[in-house]
Amino acid sequence: METKEKKKRKAKGTVYIKDELCKGCGFCIEFCPLHILAFSEKFNAKGYHPPELIDDDRCSGCDICGMYCPDFAIFGEKFK
Amino acid sequence: MGKTDTLNKTAEVRTPAENPVDKYLRMDRMPHIWCPGCGIGSTVNCFVRAVEDAMIDIKKLAIVSGIGCTGRVAGYMNLDSFHTTHGRAIPMATGVKLANPEMNVVVYSGDGDLFAIGGNHFIHAARRNLDIKIICVNNFTYGMTGGQVTPTTPQGIIASTMPYGNFEHTFNLPFLAESCGAVYVARWTAAHVKQLTKSMKEMMSKKGFGFIEIFSPCPTLFGRRNKIADGLEHMIQFKDKCKIKKGASAKEATFDPDNEIVLGTFVNTERKTFMESMNDRYEKVFGPKYVRYGEE
Repeated sequence: METKEKKKRKAKGTVYIKDELCKGCGFCIEFCPLHILAFSEKFNAKGYHPPELIDDDRCSGCDICGMYCPDFAIFGEKFK
Repeated sequence: MGKTDTLNKTAEVRTPAENPVDKYLRMDRMPHIWCPGCGIGSTVNCFVRAVEDAMIDIKKLAIVSGIGCTGRVAGYMNLDSFHTTHGRAIPMATGVKLANPEMNVVVYSGDGDLFAIGGNHFIHAARRNLDIKIICVNNFTYGMTGGQVTPTTPQGIIASTMPYGNFEHTFNLPFLAESCGAVYVARWTAAHVKQLTKSMKEMMSKKGFGFIEIFSPCPTLFGRRNKIADGLEHMIQFKDKCKIKKGASAKEATFDPDNEIVLGTFVNTERKTFMESMNDRYEKVFGPKYVRYGEE
């Protein structure tokens, strides 16, 4: 287990979410290649649950969520 | 904001307000009116990324839309955009292209606008090989007027004007475009974002009449009547049922919701464009005194 801990990948990127634009369609959560997004507990002004990053160590910043989002509410970015 | 400003910042101090697609969109008009689970927004996202990848000068990019859900794309994009009368997006784009030959003109419209009311314009623009690009978002129904049956509704699908299921034959749009002489024909779905972006980029950097058909879920008026619970379920169906075929012919790309759906690039050829044919002809008739139009 310890070796696994050591080999644990550092996050290569992250996602940014504009909660107020989200309409809760769930595209980003379903199609995230690493399955590290999930609906959050909070509500936005329209009553939808915006997504949140549940495992921010694994995000690769691939921007697939950004390409899927029909509401321009999320995008991923690789760290420089 | 300049590009260097964003590059110098580390990712930690960026805010969610700096989405890279924002500069292409009129953010004061957001949130848009498309339903939750609609795929049009995803296609716009892909289009913006394709424009960025193809390094097209956005000052020389015009987008023309007709009427309908997809017709609203022109209103949401921060480019030279025209929201024209129903079905007449291609005539408008023809005018823009002929008056300003250096412009890249994109028609972004729905299946009802481009093929039901505006079918004739599509045929003739493809025949002339005008240098315009057509992006057709096909949601199999008239989304803005109540879910009536369209020329692209698959057989057996229930629509508000076909309560016992549609029995008409379905329009095969890629085959139509190919037979009319389009030089680039492809079909994707809103669930194939990577391939769609690549295909749009390929089309945008090509000369001549390009056509991409994009299947998109319509949860409110198509899915609700056809036992597809929401947009996400329809997107997953697209992922499961669609098969990407290399070098497939457009003729076999019929659409039947029960069988597999063929996706891919069907046509990628070269042909003289309208402007080139005109210049060649007039040069032949008038001799060297003729100044070629629209060429540097």
